[in-house]
Order: sequence, then C-alpha cells, then structure tokens
Amino acid sequence: MLLNIKNLHVSIGGKEILKGLNLGVNEGEVHAIMGPNGTGKSTLAAAITGREGYEITEGEIWYKGKNIVGMSPEDRANEGIFLSFQYPVEIPGVSIQNFMRTAVNSKREYQGLPPMSTMEFMKMMKEKQAMVEITEKLQNRFVNVGYSGGEKKKNEIFQMAMLEPSLAILDETDSGLDIDALRIVAHGVNQLHSAENAFVVITHYQRLLDYIVPDFVHVMYDGRIVKTGGKTLALELEEKGYEWIKEL
Amino acid sequence: MDSNPKNNIISEVTNKDYEYGFVTDIETDFVPKGLNEDIIRLISKKKEEPEWLLEFRLKAFRHWQTLKQPNWAHLDLPEIDYQDIIYYAAPRKRQQKQSLDEVDPELLATFDKLGISLDEQKKLSGVAVDAVMDSTSVKTTFQETLSKHGVIFMSFSEAVKQHPDLVRKYLGKVVPYTDNFFAALNSSVFSDGSFCYIPKGVRCPLELSTYFRINAANTGQFERTLIVADEGAYVSYMEGCTAPQRDENQLHAAIVEIIAETDAEVKYSTVQNWYPGDKEGKGGVYNLVTKRGLCRGDRSKISWTQVETGSAITWKYPGCVLMGDHSVGEFYSVAVTNNYQQADTGTKMIHLGKNTRSTIISKGISAGHSQNGYRGLVRVAAKAENARNYSQCDSLLLGDKCGAHTWPYVECGNESSILEHEATTSKISEDQLFYCQQRGIPTEKAIGLIVNGYAKDVLNKLPMEFAVEAQKLLSITLEGSVG
Repeated sequence: MLLNIKNLHVSIGGKEILKGLNLGVNEGEVHAIMGPNGTGKSTLAAAITGREGYEITEGEIWYKGKNIVGMSPEDRANEGIFLSFQYPVEIPGVSIQNFMRTAVNSKREYQGLPPMSTMEFMKMMKEKQAMVEITEKLQNRFVNVGYSGGEKKKNEIFQMAMLEPSLAILDETDSGLDIDALRIVAHGVNQLHSAENAFVVITHYQRLLDYIVPDFVHVMYDGRIVKTGGKTLALELEEKGYEWIKEL
Repeated sequence: MDSNPKNNIISEVTNKDYEYGFVTDIETDFVPKGLNEDIIRLISKKKEEPEWLLEFRLKAFRHWQTLKQPNWAHLDLPEIDYQDIIYYAAPRKRQQKQSLDEVDPELLATFDKLGISLDEQKKLSGVAVDAVMDSTSVKTTFQETLSKHGVIFMSFSEAVKQHPDLVRKYLGKVVPYTDNFFAALNSSVFSDGSFCYIPKGVRCPLELSTYFRINAANTGQFERTLIVADEGAYVSYMEGCTAPQRDENQLHAAIVEIIAETDAEVKYSTVQNWYPGDKEGKGGVYNLVTKRGLCRGDRSKISWTQVETGSAITWKYPGCVLMGDHSVGEFYSVAVTNNYQQADTGTKMIHLGKNTRSTIISKGISAGHSQNGYRGLVRVAAKAENARNYSQCDSLLLGDKCGAHTWPYVECGNESSILEHEATTSKISEDQLFYCQQRGIPTEKAIGLIVNGYAKDVLNKLPMEFAVEAQKLLSITLEGSVG
C-alpha cells in the first residue's frame, strides 16, 4: 500500500480536527475526498504533507512502508508527496523557472544525484508546460504573482508534472476554475496518472470528478471518513447534498 | 535559463560561515599607534606626498580635533579610542611593482584566495582591478589597456605623483573635510584608495574595480576614492571588501567622491562584506563611511548600488548632489543584518538643478538580534523647478528579536516638485516557507530564495560579476537566522 493512514487524530491549537481517520491508497488509484466545509479535508492534506502547527496526537501515517509522522515537510516532498494548494501563495521576485529549478535539484540532491543540466531542465520545462497548455515564458513570471485563479491552478499542476510525485494530493483544485481551465487541469492529471502513482482529490463538488474519474469516493464528516463508495457516491452527494450524511 | 547565473546560485550555497576571515602572514610596515600631527607628517612622508597634500591633511586634522564623534544614528557605537589605533600599515615593499612578477607572491596568493585574480592573462572578464591591502595598493591591472583610451585608473597615492593637478582640482570638492567627524578623520590620515579619471567622450572599455582588504591587526582602514567622469564619459565602478576574523573591532572610515560633468554617467556598485563579528556580536568592523556624488553638469547621472551584508556597525549614506539641470541620481540598496549587526544606512538626494530626478529603492532585511535602519533625506532647493523623487523603502523581518526602522526626511522648497514615498514592512510568511518546503526545498534554501526575490529589484542593478557574489552573500549572511 502506498499510503496507509491509521486512526489519525490531528489538533490545531489544542482543538481536535481529525478524530480517528483511516485511509488506504494503493498505487494506480484515484481517491476522491468529499464533504461539507470544515470537516477536516484540508487538515488531512496538511497532516500528510507535514505542515507545522498541525499536531498529530494519535495515529500513524504510513507511506512507502515508513511511518512519516515527524518527518520534515521537505523530506516528505522529496519522498514523492506533492500537494496542489487550494490557495497557492505568491513569492515576489522569484521566477517560476528558478523556483522549479531549485525544487528539482533539491530533490535530486536528496536522492544523491547531481543537479540537472540546463539543457535537460529546459527540455523538461517545455514538455511539462505543454501538458497544461502554459505557453508563456516562465523565466519572467514570479511564482503566483498576478495570476488569475485558473493560472494558479494550472501552475500547480505544471509543478506536479515537473516533480513527478508518487502521491499527489489535489486540495480543491477545481475551486475558482472556469470550465476550460478545469479541463486543462484534469487533462494534465490524467496524463500524469499511471500504475505507479496515486491521486487523492479533495473536492467539494462532483464536477471535477467528471474529468478525473475516481476509483473510490470517501465522504468526510466531523474529522472522520463516514462513508466510502465508488464513483456513483459522488453523484448521489451531488443530488442529495451533504445533510443526510450527518445522520450516518 | 542559465544565461543568467543569478538564478542558480542559491542552490550552491550550503553551510558557510564568514569565508574571508583568514590572516595573511606578511611583513608589514607600521607607523606607531596613535594620532597627532607628527603621525600625519610621517604618513605623508612615507607616501612621498607634495606639501599641499600634507597641508590638506593637517587642516583636516586640526578641524577634526574640534569635533565630537556623532551619536545621532540609531547605533550603539562605543566611544572609540582614536589613540589606540594604527593609522598606517603597509605590506613591506620589494622595490617597485610595475609587473606582476615583482608583487610579493604571498599577496598574490591572498587575493587569489579572495577570488580576485591579479593576473591579467588569467582574467576572462573585462574587469580592471586595483587591489588595496591595509594602507596601500598592491597592484592595478589592465593599466595599459585603459591608458590607450586615456582612462586613468590607479591607486590614489600613485595618482598624487603622476597627476597631481587633477587630484588637487577634485580632492575634497564633493566631501570637504568639514563635512563630518569621520570625513575629517579620513582627510587627515587617508592612506590608499583608487583614482579614476575618464576623459571627455570616453566610454570606459572595462569595468573598474577596487578590492579592499584589511589584514593587519589594530589597524584602521581609511581609504579614499575619487572618480571623475568628464563630459559625456561613462564608467561602471565596483568596490568589494573583506577583513580577517578578529575579536577586537576594527575601524574603517572611508571617503568616496564622484564627479560627473555634463552628460557623464557613473555607476558605482558596492558589495560590502567586512567581517561582521561573531554570532554573539564580538568583533567586527565599524564601517563609518562618507560617499557622495556630484552631478555637476547638465544631464549627468550618478547611480549608487550597494549590497551591505558585512560590518558590525554600518553608518553610511551614499548621496547625490543634483546640481546640473536634468541630472539624475539613483540609490539602490540591500542591507542585511543578522546576529548583533547594526546598520543605519540610506541616502541623500539634494536637488539643486531644474528638472532633476532621483530614485531611491531601499530593501532592509533584519534577522537575529540585529537593528537595521533606513535614513534618507530628499531635499529640493527653491530653484529646483520640476524636481522629482520616488522613494521606496521596504523592510523584511526574519524572527521577532530584530528591529527595522525607517527615517525618511523630506525638505521641499519648490512647489512644482513631485515627491513620492512608499514604505512597507513585512515578514517571510509561514505560507511562503511551507510552499517551498512542500516542493522539497529545505528551509534555509527557501529563505535564501525568498530574500533574493525580495531584493531582486536592487540585485538586477548590479554588474553581473557582482550579482552572483551578492546573491551568495545574502544567503550565507542569513544562514541560521530562523529555527
């Protein structure tokens, strides 16, 4: 199993948000996590990626056969965990190209590899940009500065393509996207998806799942996964809303 | 992408302390400790100076004796015992040093170690270097190439001998010895520095550069640089500096004067990396410097770009006096302080001519227990019709034990002028750090990346040779500043 979360309890500032969550993800699978606002979906993403301030009070997160609780965020990233942020932050003055080059070479350093040659890096940039239909030159664009919502999300998927993660978590990637951008983003994800990697797609709406078809749909409520099903569960939620799951 | 090496440098920087803290073991010629008229006469004699220059020094000294060390800056500058300092120290000469073969190999090795090659054959980039150790110039490269274009670039002492009229004409015209306490001190005891003269209509074919090195202990460095760009001339000048790591503080009080005649342009870039002291604030250089440019002619332009990462204490306000109509002054600064460093730095833009313009971009970065202040004056004289100034002062804080301060002074005497001032104070956000970490970039590297991005507007103004150096320095200076 690529990711195996057991009885995960997470608190922020002493308040418990995740209350015993279990989730197993195999290579090759796409999992959707749905649920109303404030049920802990983004907290789950933060806990898996090791964000500071998210205190794991109980439980384990097994990834590639290691319990990664306590591992630094950058080591987790370099082990192949990627998060597409709901709100990608701006970093003024830092070009996306420089940012990506630093990221790619940090990963290579972690793996004991020499930095990537300029030629190779440029080629890779070009390929991956094409995948998400980014045509502009990225040496002059600063990370997320002055980007529209759609551009930011496309840029997240571009970065994902560059870093080739084993486990990609997409946190509300569909929010703020028009239909064209949504298609491009989904197309990028589908191209990257293989038998060796897995996707966890956090979403509020089932719209995205028309494009990225999940193998499993999990419904979260009050810090736990309360129901798991196939693709049809998403449609059911779309139809009935989230009220009924509160009764579960 | 790597047409621009500025972009990858950060990834190359790992755990480094002050790299240049070594001492060269070389026979040094000192004058006795202390300061009085006899010492000044002795220095002047050692340098075989003409009578007028000795007179200049003595006048300055007599004036200095009437002054008190200033304390208006936001600096905890201790009382300095000026009698406990050696005012002249020179690596002992082995005759004349016309060719490289005659320069002491130990000195060549020192500069090699600092990354400054004095061997013209080995140099790839078009930069002419004047290398100054303690009180004297060791070697100036490419003098032949430069003299073909009529450019004079040599040590100050050499210029006094070879071009006394030029030196006499311009010395002290921009920064008179009466300017301030440290300027008076420098004018009394200044040792070596560089002199540049670019004749009419000449675009200097090489970047000119002076590299200052303090080596001897208990010694102050008092260099003096004078740059003159005659009508329509252009020159880009760079200044770098380092010092050994010592427990006691060392005094550095320099003067730089620039004169730009009609249609002339001077770009002056500094990467200041004097020894900053250790992590507890012990030792380090007191960097008390007066730098000023005079845009004397119409349409002349002087721009200062500085990256300040070193020194225990920095007191420095490179300014421009915009005398010619349509003249332009620029000041771009990145000042980084970490541990217990203190910086009070900024600029003065004095608008005298009509349609004069000035731009100030200052980026302060404070970390550790340091104090970092911007102090700037924009003055528009009554006759300066349509003067314009744009000032932007940004402060970035890393951690919560450091201080950032801004003291902008504006004196506007003409109603047709337009002055704009913007200021921001920010912190590196948790969000930015986590975003980088999530992409596999470790914290220290992430800070280097974010800080370099923050300072980009200024770093872009530096000549390429310096930009790379500056980026590395920014990252190194801030290592260990969080966590």
